[in-house]
Amino acid sequence: MKLLKKILLLLVTALSATSVFAQENKVEMADVMRSNGKIYIVVTICLTILAVLFFYVFTLDRKITRFEKSNKD
Amino acid sequence: MFLILCPTFAPLKKYHLTVNKSWWKIAAFLLLIYTIAGGFLMPVPHLHILNETIRNMYFHVAMWFGMMILFTISFVYSIKYLRGFNYRNDIYAHNFASLGCLFGILGYSTGVIWLSVTWMTDQAQSLGTVLKEPKLIGAAIALLIYGAYFVLRGSFTDIDKRARVSAVYNIFAFMMLFPSIWVIPRLVGSLHPGAPGSESGNPALNFKDVDSRIRMVFYPAVIGWTLLGVWIATLRIRLQLLKDKSLLQDVNK
Repeated sequence: MKLLKKILLLLVTALSATSVFAQENKVEMADVMRSNGKIYIVVTICLTILAVLFFYVFTLDRKITRFEKSNKD
Repeated sequence: MFLILCPTFAPLKKYHLTVNKSWWKIAAFLLLIYTIAGGFLMPVPHLHILNETIRNMYFHVAMWFGMMILFTISFVYSIKYLRGFNYRNDIYAHNFASLGCLFGILGYSTGVIWLSVTWMTDQAQSLGTVLKEPKLIGAAIALLIYGAYFVLRGSFTDIDKRARVSAVYNIFAFMMLFPSIWVIPRLVGSLHPGAPGSESGNPALNFKDVDSRIRMVFYPAVIGWTLLGVWIATLRIRLQLLKDKSLLQDVNK
């Protein structure tokens, strides 16, 4: 961890020093998607899928619970 | 884990009881909401080659962790079966193993998608190198050994014999996970992170310790996915217990 921090610090200082000369040294991230807010659409879609998936498992759970109750004699 | 599971098999009477006993199901839901929201939105370390795909840690790696936990639960139930020959434990072991396999297959297929971008496109590794990748071969062997567990189960007509032989085989399959997934890829070196060989060729994959920003989402993700797996496994177990009710009553008499 300490080594990683040192490497990161070294990288940051190295990058900040060279950024004037070479912008392409930076690691490319999906910053455009973040800046125009489109990432929230992706998150919303994934959360919708997750919610429906959980709802489905929940209804299955309830059905089985009802079954267990009616089977109990 | 086992203590948590026990109350869920008891019949539920009132709604507030349902909430009390299924708190871990709600926890799974909340943790996975956090995983997806935090996993896409929270900051991650900027790494070469990996770029944004480092977020796959919360999904691909979490699948393998979940698989290990589910296989461990299955292994414990197999031992419990062999100790008392209670047919109930055989049902538990079988269903936890099948959910573990599902997680393993998901981990494998997500890994293939991930490597096709990071290893083959960005790192220009040849298909030959990727096919020789020991982590992939090891994981495939481990999953195939578990596949044989289900084939073995299916080939018995006698329930007691099936339970007994497959419990022994399950212990063997669990033990084979360690050399095939954990030991051999680290001995021979591989492209996959966590192997000594990855220092050469790809420094981006050579983060020995996981960054704290990743850990903030990664550990909740592992717990969340595992709890979802356990939930689905308990549903399968409860169905099986209902189906085999007559058999179980015979055992208890």
